[in-house]
Amino acid sequence: MTTATEQPPKTQASQRYFGRAMKRVEDPRLIKGIATYVDDLKLPGILHAEFVRSPHAHAKIKSIKTDDAKKLPGVVGVFIGDDINAKVGAIPCASPLPGGKTPEHTALAGARAYFVGHPVAVVVAETRTIARDALDLVDVDYDPLPAVVDPEKALEEGAALTHPELGTNVAFTWSLPAGDVDAAFKEADKVLKVRMIHPRLTPMALEPRGCAASWHPGEEALTLWTSTQVPHLVRTLLPGLVRIPENKLRVVAPEVGGGFGSKLNLYPEEVVVSHLAIRLERPLKWIEGRRENAAATIHGRDQIGDHEIAARKDGTLLAIRTKIIADVGSYWQLLTPAIPTLTGLMHCGCYKLKAVHVDITGVHTNKMSTDAYRGAGRPEAAYVIERIMDLVAVELGLDSLEVRLKNMPQSTEFPFNTVTGLVYDSGNYQAALEKAQQLADWPKLLKERDAARKAGRLFGIGLSTYVEICALGPSKIMAAGGWEWGCVRIEISGKVTVITGATPHGQGQETSFAQIAADRLGIPIEDIAVLRGDTATAHFGRDTYGSRGTALGGTAIVMSIDKIIEKAKRLAAGLLNATPEKVEFENGKFFVIGKEDNALGWGQLASEAYVAKNLPPGLEPGLEASSFFEPPNCTFPFGTHIVAVEVDRDTGQVSFVKYIAVDDCGKQVNPLLVEGQVQGGIAQSLGAALMEKTVYDENGQLLTGEFMDYAIPRAGDIPDYILGSTETPSPSNPLGVKGVGEAGTIAATPAIANAVIDALSPLGIRHLDLPFTPERVWRAIQEKGGRS
Amino acid sequence: MNTPVKIQVNGLLRKAEVEPRLLLVQYLREVCGLTGTHVGCETGVCGACTVLVDGKAVKSCTMLAVQADGSEVTTVEGLAHNGTMHPVQEGFWECHGLQCGYCTPGMMMTAVQLLERNASPSRDEIRHALDGNLCRCTGYSHIIDAIEHAAKKGQI
Repeated sequence: MTTATEQPPKTQASQRYFGRAMKRVEDPRLIKGIATYVDDLKLPGILHAEFVRSPHAHAKIKSIKTDDAKKLPGVVGVFIGDDINAKVGAIPCASPLPGGKTPEHTALAGARAYFVGHPVAVVVAETRTIARDALDLVDVDYDPLPAVVDPEKALEEGAALTHPELGTNVAFTWSLPAGDVDAAFKEADKVLKVRMIHPRLTPMALEPRGCAASWHPGEEALTLWTSTQVPHLVRTLLPGLVRIPENKLRVVAPEVGGGFGSKLNLYPEEVVVSHLAIRLERPLKWIEGRRENAAATIHGRDQIGDHEIAARKDGTLLAIRTKIIADVGSYWQLLTPAIPTLTGLMHCGCYKLKAVHVDITGVHTNKMSTDAYRGAGRPEAAYVIERIMDLVAVELGLDSLEVRLKNMPQSTEFPFNTVTGLVYDSGNYQAALEKAQQLADWPKLLKERDAARKAGRLFGIGLSTYVEICALGPSKIMAAGGWEWGCVRIEISGKVTVITGATPHGQGQETSFAQIAADRLGIPIEDIAVLRGDTATAHFGRDTYGSRGTALGGTAIVMSIDKIIEKAKRLAAGLLNATPEKVEFENGKFFVIGKEDNALGWGQLASEAYVAKNLPPGLEPGLEASSFFEPPNCTFPFGTHIVAVEVDRDTGQVSFVKYIAVDDCGKQVNPLLVEGQVQGGIAQSLGAALMEKTVYDENGQLLTGEFMDYAIPRAGDIPDYILGSTETPSPSNPLGVKGVGEAGTIAATPAIANAVIDALSPLGIRHLDLPFTPERVWRAIQEKGGRS
Repeated sequence: MNTPVKIQVNGLLRKAEVEPRLLLVQYLREVCGLTGTHVGCETGVCGACTVLVDGKAVKSCTMLAVQADGSEVTTVEGLAHNGTMHPVQEGFWECHGLQCGYCTPGMMMTAVQLLERNASPSRDEIRHALDGNLCRCTGYSHIIDAIEHAAKKGQI
C-alpha cells in the first residue's frame, strides 16, 4: 500500500498548463464513490415513477384498466395518455425539414402504440419496488396491427403504414445537388455501383437515463435534475411543455454517466415526471432500466445507401450519386431529420470531388427514433467515402493509398471549399497520413501482408483518412443558437470561479477549462473551480455535443478573462497612480513598467474591486465578466487510421495485428484527455465494425434489448493502439482547437472495414456489410469456396 | 415479511430488516446509503455494481441482501484507508482510467480482486479479468494502464 495525495501537486503560477497532460480534478469524487448521479439524489418525501410500455411494435390501445394498480398500498397514482397528453405539450423536434411529415409526439401513447417500449402509462408510488409491482397490475388491452419494420418495403405501394393518418411512410425527403453530376459522369472512365448498409446502433451509455423533479409551491418553481447532455436546451424547451415560465425552471445535469448523443434530447419521461411533480406537489424520480434504455432511448445510424461513383482510370474521383434511405423510427426526436443531412454534407470526405448528388428519404417505421449517436451522420459519410476509395482502387488496379493522395487537397488549398458548400477550416491530410505510415512501419507491414498471403493466411490492411465537422457551430446553421457562453468571476478572496455553458459529462473540462483559465489569468490551477451543468449558475449555454465543448466553451472563457483583465488594468491604474495604458499584465501581476516591485496580484485587486473604497471614477465594483462566443465556422478535424487484421478462415474471427491512429484535432489542451477521447471513440467504432447491430424482428420486436443480446466491446476485444497526432490549428477560434470527441468513432469503422475486406480480397470478396461478426465473415468465406 | 440480516459493510457491522427480494445492491444503496455502487443493467452483465463479498468480486445486482447475511462486504467507499487512496484508485486517477465514472467503482473492485490473486498481471491477463465489466467511454486502454500502474505501486 502506498500513499496518494488528495490533491494534484502544487504548481508554480508561471507554469503553462495549456498543452500539458494532467490528471483530472473531477476524478477524486468519482473514484471515491461519492459523486452524485441522478439516482444518488436524496430528496425527502420523494416518489418513484415507472412506465408501462408497449410490448407491441404497433397496436391499437383498446382500453387501459388501472384500478387494481391504484389499489396497491403505496401507489399514489396511475396516469394514462388521457390524463396527461392534453395537459402537456408535444415532444419537440428542433430540426424539422420543409415538407416533412410526422405525427404529434404525445408524452404518452394515445390511441395507438407505435414501437416496442412506447410509454403507455405511468405509475407513481412511494417506493420504486411498489411502482414496479404496480406495473404488472395495469391491464392494457392491445389490438396488434401490422408493424412496419423494413424501411425499403415501407416505401412500396400498399405497404402497411406506421402512422396511417399521414397516408405515407415517407417522413421527409432531402436533396443536395452539388456541382454538375451528369457532366462528371460523362467524363468518367469507370462507373461503379455499390450498396452499403450502415446498421442501426444502440448508444448504451453505462448510466441509463433518469430524472427527478421537485416543485417548490411557494416560489411556483420547478427544479429538474436529469441525466442529460443538454440542461440548457431542456430549459429552453420544457417550460412551454409543462406550462411554467422559463424563469421558474432550473435544470441540473448532475454527474452524468455517459451520453454519446443519446442524452442530447428532450424525452417524454422528462416531461411526464416534471408535470406530475407539479401536479402532485411531491418530488418525483424516474430511473430508466437497461431494457427501457435499449428500447426507448434514441438509436443511431440506420441508413441504406445506393452509390454510383464516377472515376478516371488514373484514380481521380469525379462524382458520387447517392440515394439514402434513412430509417427514422416512429417519431422525430430533437434532431432526427438533421442527422442524415449531415451525412450528405460530409459526403466528399477529404477529397476534391467535382460533383455530388445526394437524395435522402427519411422513412417512418415502428421502431425507436434514430437521432444523434456519437458521430451523428458523419460516421456514415466517412464509412461510405472511405470504402469508396478502396473500391475504386481495387476496381482500377491501383494502390488505395495512392488513390487517396491523388484526391486530397494540398495544405496550401485551405480554407478549402467543398462542392457540398462547406468550408474546411484548415488541414494537412498528407502529413497525418505520412505520420501514420511511419508509425505503422508501412513497408514492413506490406511485406508482412505479402508473407502472410503466401502462407495462405487472410491478412489485410485498411486505411481511413477521415475528416469530420465539429465545434457545431455558427448559429446560422444551427436550430437554436450555435454559440457558447462562459463566465469568469474573481472572487473577493482572489480565488476564481469559472462557469461554462458547455455541459461536460466525462470529457474532463473541469480540468481542461481550468488549464485554459489558469494560463490566461497567470494563477495556479488549484485556485480555480469550474462549474457546469446547472442553469441556476450557468445562466446560458448550448451544452455538449458535436465535439463543441472546448472550441466554443473554452473560447467563451478566454473572452471573459480578457474583459476582466481590461477592467483590472483600470482598477490597478488608479491604485498605482498611472494611466491604464501604462499598466502591464504578466503572470498574474499588474504593474507599471520600471516599477515591477510595486505589482498588484489578483487577490489585492479583487479585494479592492469588491470593498470598493478606492475605485477610479466610473468604474463599477466587482471583477466578473461573461461572454458569448459565436464561431465564424465549424472546425474540421482529420487524421489517418491504419489497421492490420488477420481473419481466421475456420471461424471468421477478426483479430487485430496493428492499430495506428493519427488524429489532428488542432491544438490540444490536455493530451491525456485527447488520448482518452480517441481511444474511447475507437472502441465504439470498433464495436460498430465487428459486433454491434440493433435488431428488430419481422414483427418489430426488439431482439437486442439487453447487454446480453447487444454486444458492446469488452476489454479483451481491444488491441493496444499506437497513437500519434499532428497539429493544424483551427482558425475558427482563438484557441486553435478543433474538438476530438467523435474522431475515433468516425475514423475506425471504415479503417477496420477496409482491413477486413482487404484480408478477404484474395477470395474475391469486394464488399461486405457491417458488422463483421464471425458468422457474417465465415458465411462470406464459405460462399467463395472457403477452405480448399 | 422482512428478514433480519447482519452484514459487515466496509468494516462496520450493520443490522437491518429487509425484504427477502431486496438485492444486495439495493441494500447497499438504499439501506446503507452507499451510492458509489452503481446499477447499469440489473442482469449481471455490465459489472457496474461489482463489490467484494468476503473478498470475492460479486455483481451485487445478482445477489440478494439475505444471501449476504453474515458476510463482509467491501464497496468502493471502503477502498481508501484513513484518507489514503488504494493503489487501484490512485492508478485510475494517474492514468485517466475513467471518463464519466459510472463503471469505475465496479471496475476498481474487479481490479482489486485481480491484484490480490495476481500481483503483476500481464496486459492480457488484465483484459481477461475485466471481461465482466463494461465501459462505454474509455475504450479500456487507460483502464488497463491504470491497473498496471496499481500493480507496480503495490509492489513497492
